Amino acid sequence: MTPAEFHQRDRSLHPPAHVPAYKTSVTRSPRLPLLTIRQTASEITGPTFGHGDIGALDNDLTLNFAQGGMPVGERMVLHGRVLDENARPVPNTLVEIWQANASGRYRHRKDAYLGALDPNFGGCGRTLTDENGRYHFRTIKPGPYPWPNHVNAWRPRHIHVSVFGTAFSQRLITQLYFEGDPLIPLCTIVQGIPDPSAIERLIAVLDMNASVPMDLLAYRFDIVLRGRRSTMFENRLEGN
Amino acid sequence: MAQALGYLKETASQTAGPYVHIGLAPGAAGFQTFAQELGRIIAPEGVPGERIRVEGLVLDGLGAPVKDALLEVWQADANGIYPHPEDPRVAEVASGFRGWGRVITDFDTGFWSFDTIRPGPTPGRAGKRQAPHISFWLVSRGINIGLNTRMYFPQDQALHATDPVLTSVEHPVRRQTMIATRTAPATYRFDIRLQGDGETVFIDV
Ligand SMILES: [Fe+3]
Repeated sequence: MTPAEFHQRDRSLHPPAHVPAYKTSVTRSPRLPLLTIRQTASEITGPTFGHGDIGALDNDLTLNFAQGGMPVGERMVLHGRVLDENARPVPNTLVEIWQANASGRYRHRKDAYLGALDPNFGGCGRTLTDENGRYHFRTIKPGPYPWPNHVNAWRPRHIHVSVFGTAFSQRLITQLYFEGDPLIPLCTIVQGIPDPSAIERLIAVLDMNASVPMDLLAYRFDIVLRGRRSTMFENRLEGN
Repeated sequence: MAQALGYLKETASQTAGPYVHIGLAPGAAGFQTFAQELGRIIAPEGVPGERIRVEGLVLDGLGAPVKDALLEVWQADANGIYPHPEDPRVAEVASGFRGWGRVITDFDTGFWSFDTIRPGPTPGRAGKRQAPHISFWLVSRGINIGLNTRMYFPQDQALHATDPVLTSVEHPVRRQTMIATRTAPATYRFDIRLQGDGETVFIDV
């Protein structure tokens, strides 16, 4: 018996492959239609991760690269839930993040931006969701940074987020933004998403209830992965 | 207005950008944070099966190698079993087999490679069998939503003729884009073309 399929991906919620204003996408976008298939075990299964895969400080970016001091910038909690389209939590799934430091500079051999590197900040973290699909990180609010797409192109403050779910067909990478950032409407990468409500769902919200007094402000960001079909009216599969 | 269905909407994808290595392969970005990077070992030594290397380039619409991509692969073991609780034969999956790997393209050449074992045929829908294949997922700067494809093996021609995914490619010439070339006894070359002549078949999984 083939396990239940995932709902077809609603492509209108995602940026298309070819966004002419995002120049790098012009030569990196397939132009032929995607192949439609019925999902098989290859798509419905996916890698699993356990606590043996990650370390105790992996979700604390304020400490996991610190060289005897604290990173500079606004200390923050990033937390939320990973859910599926059926509003069910996705437990025990791997969430990985990466980001620039408070100056908008990445710790990466290819980033030569003027913003200062922070000796106490690496910029990557990872964690597993708990049994209710919850995750949390401690980090520093990233700064905006310029990029060469066009003159005076700036990325809004953002954190890159990678999530697995339970199936290879749920695999997702996105970026979260911050409530009130005036660069969001100016960003070519954000505005490649055709649906304004889908953009709103990428904006993390200040969460005073989860903030830690005298220590960190909190932002909440929920992630929704594809959900599964109900099997109740599934066609009988011949041969099974 | 009618009743609301109440489904949540999938979170929108955004490009992984040029610095994807920081999060997913920090050693390549130039620093170490984690005790172990994930996705390095797909099939540890001792896992039964024919040991193979798979390698290639990701080429853009101008034919230039993409030097900042990240690829992930997912495959079954030599008996066609996925190491996942929903595979009905998971109890028999090869011990230690991870099935999942993550590699980056070289910053200078764009070349990528990984070592694994050759997967066995896997069950398809409706009692059909799928030819041995490795599922790929690819992200980079300029790719707005991860691209999925499959790599098949050139020696499995008979199984390709009934494979449900390969046979659903309308134009037979395009099926070849999902079939690797054997370049040495246990080495397979699989170039992925994002656009233009020989554009790889990407799958709406
Ligand atoms: Fe970025």
